[in-house]
Amino acid sequence: MNAATAPRSRPRRRRLLRAIPAAWRTPLAVVGAVIALGWVIVAIIAPWVVPHDPLAQELTRLTPPGEVSLLGTDQVGRDVFSRLLTGARVTMPLALVMVVCATVLGTLIGSVAGYVGGWVDEALMRLTDLMMAFPTVILAMIIAASLGPSLFNAVIAGVVVSWPQYARVVRSLVLSLRTQNFVIAGRLLGYSPWRSLRSDILPNVAGPVLVLASLDIGTAILLLTGLSFLGLGAQPPTAEWGSMISGAMDHIDAWWLGVFPGLAILTVVMAFNFIGDSLRDALDPLSSAEREGAAGTTDPAEADPAATPVETPTTEEGR
Amino acid sequence: MTSTAASPTPTRPWQRWPLLGYVLRRLGTSVLLMLGVTMVTFVLTALVPGDPIAAALGEGAASNPATVAAYIEQHGLDKSIPERYLIYLTNLLQGDLGTSIKTGRPVATELATAVPATIEVALGAIIVSLAVGLTLGTIAAHRRGRATDQVLRVVSLLGLSVPTFWLAIIAYHTFFLRLGIAPGAGRLDPAFTPPPTVTGLYTVDFLLGGDPVGFFDALAHLALPVLVLSLFTIGLLTRFIRAAVLEVLDTDYVRAARAKGLPARRVIVAYVLRGASLPILTVVGVAFGVLLSGTVLVEAVYAWPGLGTYAFNSAINLDLPGVMGVGLVVGVIYLVINFAVDLLYGVLDPRVRLA
Repeated sequence: MNAATAPRSRPRRRRLLRAIPAAWRTPLAVVGAVIALGWVIVAIIAPWVVPHDPLAQELTRLTPPGEVSLLGTDQVGRDVFSRLLTGARVTMPLALVMVVCATVLGTLIGSVAGYVGGWVDEALMRLTDLMMAFPTVILAMIIAASLGPSLFNAVIAGVVVSWPQYARVVRSLVLSLRTQNFVIAGRLLGYSPWRSLRSDILPNVAGPVLVLASLDIGTAILLLTGLSFLGLGAQPPTAEWGSMISGAMDHIDAWWLGVFPGLAILTVVMAFNFIGDSLRDALDPLSSAEREGAAGTTDPAEADPAATPVETPTTEEGR
Repeated sequence: MTSTAASPTPTRPWQRWPLLGYVLRRLGTSVLLMLGVTMVTFVLTALVPGDPIAAALGEGAASNPATVAAYIEQHGLDKSIPERYLIYLTNLLQGDLGTSIKTGRPVATELATAVPATIEVALGAIIVSLAVGLTLGTIAAHRRGRATDQVLRVVSLLGLSVPTFWLAIIAYHTFFLRLGIAPGAGRLDPAFTPPPTVTGLYTVDFLLGGDPVGFFDALAHLALPVLVLSLFTIGLLTRFIRAAVLEVLDTDYVRAARAKGLPARRVIVAYVLRGASLPILTVVGVAFGVLLSGTVLVEAVYAWPGLGTYAFNSAINLDLPGVMGVGLVVGVIYLVINFAVDLLYGVLDPRVRLA
C-alpha cells in the first residue's frame, strides 16, 4: 500500500473536464486512445485507401495472405483486407449510436424515477429489474430475431438490453443528489422540477454516466458483432467483422478469413476498454485509485488537478 | 433484500428462525417477478412483426387458407392477446410450456435436456474463472501499483475484450483440427451413449454411474467451451476481486493478524479472502449471468446442444413457444442465482440480517 508508487495523479470527483486530461496521462489510456484513433481514421478514410472494392468478387478465390492481396481473398474472391477496413465503418458508428441511445434512454428513465419517486419510481425500477433478469445476448437475440435480422434491428435490440444499467446508476445518483443542499436551495429559489433536474442534477450525473458509457462501447461492439456472427445483424454481402467470422466457419482451413476480423474486433474493443478503465480510475470515487489517496481526504476542492504533475504524489498521499 | 445491521447481542441459533419467514417472503416476490418475466417474453413474442405462421408452415403451406386457418385455431392465434396470455399461464401452472412449432415436441422436454447441458458448461467456467480470478486478483491487490499489478490489469482487460465466438473458432481450429489434442464438437464422442440421467450433467452422471471412461470423454468435450468461456469471466473476477481484496487489506484486523505474526498464507485465506467474500460472491452471481449470455455464441461453434443453441434455433425460426420457454427458464435461473447469493450473504457474514 505504498501510495507513492501510484502512477496516476490524484483524481477529483465532479471535475469531469479537468479530470479527463489526468486520466489520459496513464500509459493504458494513451495506448487505448492511439489504437482507437487509428481505427477511427481507418473508418473515415477506408473508401479512398482500400485496394479493391470490398464487395467485388473479382480476385482468385481463397488465396492465402501475401499472394494476391495483403490479407488473402475469401470464398467468392473478395479482398479480405479491403473488407476489414470497410468493416470499421459499419461496426464502430453503430456501436456508438447504440451506446448514445441507451445512455439517453437510461438517463431519462433513471432521473425521472429518482427525482419523481413514489409509484413512478417503483414502476420504472421494477421494469428495469425485469429487463435485467434476462442475459443480454439471449434477450437481444430474441428481439433481433423477432424484428427481423438487420443491422438496424440489432442496434435496437442492443439499446433495449443496455438502457437498464444506466437507469439504475442514474437513479441512485439522483436519489443521493436530490437531498443535497444546493439542489434544495435551487428548488427554494423557485426552479421548476425540470430546471432543477437539468441545471443542478444532470451535470453531476454526467461524469459517472460517461465513464459507464465509455466502458460500454466495447461491450456494444462485442454484442453487435456477436449478433452479426449469429446472422441476426449485418446481412451478406455487407463487409462486417462478425459476419466475416461466421462466413469463415464454412472454410475453416482458410484461417485468414476468420483470424483478421477477430483481431480487428479484439483491438477495437481492447482500445475502448483501456480508455474506459482509465477514465473510471480517474473519475469513480470508488475506484482503487481514489482509495490510494488516503481515507477522508477526498475533498474535491483541494489542489488544482490540472496543475498536479503525473507521478508526483500530492502531500495527503504521503502516508 | 438484505440489510446490514450490527446487532448489539450475538445472534443465537434459535433467533435465526426468521430465516424461514425471509425465504417465504422471497419466494412470494419471486413468483411475482416470474409473472413479470412471463409477461415480458409474452409481450415481446406477441409483438413480433415477423410472420410466425409462414415461418412454421413454410411458404407453400402458408398460401393455403385452409391450412393457415387450421394452424391458427390449433395454436389459439385467433384469440386476443390477454386471452392467449391467460391460456399460456394456465398451461404453465400445469408444467406445460407449449409445443415447439418447429419440432412438434413439448418445449418442456426439449428444455429438460438443453438446460443441464448449458449449466454444466457455465458451472465449469465458474469454477475455472473463480480459481484463476481469486489467484490473480489477490496477487494484483498485494502488488498494487507495481509491474505485476499493471500486467494483470492489461491481461484482465484483454480477457474482457476478446470476442468469445472468434476465440471459440480459433481454439477449435488449433486444438482439434491442427493439434488433435481436444475432441471435436458436441458433448460426447459418438461412440459413447449418454449416461442415465440423474442430474443431466454428463460428467456427474458418469461418475454416479461408475463409468470413468465416459467421465473423461465428457470432461474432455467440456474443456474447450469452458476455457473459452472463462476468459471473459476471469477478466471480470480478477478486476473485482482485486478491488475487494484491496478494501480488506487496509483494515485493522488484517494489520493485527499480520502483527501477530500469522503466516502470510493464513492471513490471506482466513482474514483477507474471508473478509472480501461478500463482494466476491456478488460478482460470481453477476459472472454466472454473463456466462449464460456467452454460451449462446460458444454453443453455436461447438454444436453444444444447450440453452443457447435452443434459444438461437427458436429465435431464427420464430418458434414462439420455444422462445417463451427459454425466456422463462433463463428468468428462473437468474432468480435462483440472486436468491442463492442473498442467502449465502447471511451464511458468510453473520452481521447480515435477512429481513
